[in-house]
Amino acid sequence: MKVLVPVKRVIDYNVKVRVKADQTGVELANVKMSMNPFDEISVEEAIRLKEAGTATEVVAVSLGVQQCQETIRTALAMGADRGIHVLHDGDLEPLAVAKMLKAVVEKEQPQLVILGKQAIDDDANQTGQMLAALLGWGQATFASKIEMGSGEAKVTREIDGGLETISVKLPAIVTTDLRLNEPRYASLPNIMKAKKKPIDQMTPADLGVDPAPRLQTLKVEEPAKREAGVKVADVAELVSKLRNEAKVI
Amino acid sequence: MSVLVVAEHDNSEIAPATLNAVTAATQIGGDVAVLVAGSGSSAAAEAAAKIAGVSKVLHADAAEYANGLAENVAPLVVALASGYSHVLAPATSFGKNVMPRAAAMLDVQQISEISAVVDADTFVRPIYAGNAMATVKSSDSVKVITVRTTAFDAAAAEGGSAAVEAADAKGDAGLTSYVGAELSSSERPELTSAKIVISGGRGMQNGENFKMLEEVADKLGAAVGASRAAVDAGFVPNDYQVGQTGKVVAPELYVAVGISGAIQHLAGMKDSKVIVAINKDEEAPIFQVADYGLVADLFEAVPELSKALDG
Repeated sequence: MKVLVPVKRVIDYNVKVRVKADQTGVELANVKMSMNPFDEISVEEAIRLKEAGTATEVVAVSLGVQQCQETIRTALAMGADRGIHVLHDGDLEPLAVAKMLKAVVEKEQPQLVILGKQAIDDDANQTGQMLAALLGWGQATFASKIEMGSGEAKVTREIDGGLETISVKLPAIVTTDLRLNEPRYASLPNIMKAKKKPIDQMTPADLGVDPAPRLQTLKVEEPAKREAGVKVADVAELVSKLRNEAKVI
Repeated sequence: MSVLVVAEHDNSEIAPATLNAVTAATQIGGDVAVLVAGSGSSAAAEAAAKIAGVSKVLHADAAEYANGLAENVAPLVVALASGYSHVLAPATSFGKNVMPRAAAMLDVQQISEISAVVDADTFVRPIYAGNAMATVKSSDSVKVITVRTTAFDAAAAEGGSAAVEAADAKGDAGLTSYVGAELSSSERPELTSAKIVISGGRGMQNGENFKMLEEVADKLGAAVGASRAAVDAGFVPNDYQVGQTGKVVAPELYVAVGISGAIQHLAGMKDSKVIVAINKDEEAPIFQVADYGLVADLFEAVPELSKALDG
């Protein structure tokens, strides 16, 4: 069974994001970029399926600028077998990404596509569900546990009220939540080995997809700032402030 | 203009998050219809008809809608969408699962988790864990939108008298089946709609110590939440998590206990009206957003707080 894992290059989660002065977006120049944390979980899960003998090949795919190849290399260093890079310099929205991934899926014929539930840059939480829709496949989103069966997967999902388990027919889309696994660090020998693994490059045109954004971003602003308040000396003062000043208890 | 709101419900009651989505719909303007897709869900449809501002309820009742599976609900939303300029759902785990599937079927770029309506085509949404606010304009023929519930007041659950119309079911897609659920049961208010939330972090040290927070919560009528660190460490279940990728809350009072205040956590609670932080590390970033900060050992401060609330 082949597993496809889309990985996104995003601002590292430890970086404090700054809005550009001209309100056109956030500052990306000279900012540390990393693989989207949820996608690391996806890669880890795919590799574990391979280690368990369930998967035979793990293919990492990334869409975007040339440097996305670094993100693919990270996946290869973790243990993915080969990469696919769809080169595109402009903004990409989830719908366009899903359309391109659909074309890649039709070419590669994986039984399972594992995606992060959301990317920590646009926080959209759409791509996996959209890809499932376009392929006409089932979707098991926000997964915290995956059990592969024959012709189906049993997936436990993190939902607002707790946990829910569904059974999804293969081929299927799974999107990962935080508790699915703890991603490994790539070892130095594996980082060296990853340099020799192949990455195919293609363009949106090769996949027959128009990647132009549908939404127009009018402006990007700083959120309203919250001022730090006061320090209280003890619990008695805290309770008194909450009762008499804030009047919330 | 007319707006369709996809209701979240449990077949008998409408989930409170639906009421916030109805308010976003009324801000867009035009008639507001609510879709109730369920099984044995007449009570939920009747409850939807009473929501203030709703002019029509579309009720699709069939076995395939019993558990809100996206593969079954999305085609129903798609079939109904052509009659509407906007389709909305609350940005809950249900809405987040169903709506992008419907949007892709409609060839529409969804707008996720809007926090404000500028006009019928233009919306504000947080990006980068709320560290930036993007104003985006859509030219798609139908706008598919999820609504950040804390950014809109709840519509009144009573006062409306909409007509309930039956909608045709679309059948079982046969792609997924529901196996079961382990839902947290609690007498306390629901986290996302509670007036007061008390949350614990890594500083709580173990799950047993959360009992201290529960004791305070019960005296205040509060819900109990947690940071990602506390959930990852297994102190409490996943549905307690407040933050960028967990639940977003904006109560009247948010009490953060033993939480350092990573940006991912702040993303889920910084719109709370009053924030209290109790942490022994006075450099903890949580104090930068707290209205009232108490630098103290939580194992002394929380029992003291509990006692003070008796007086």
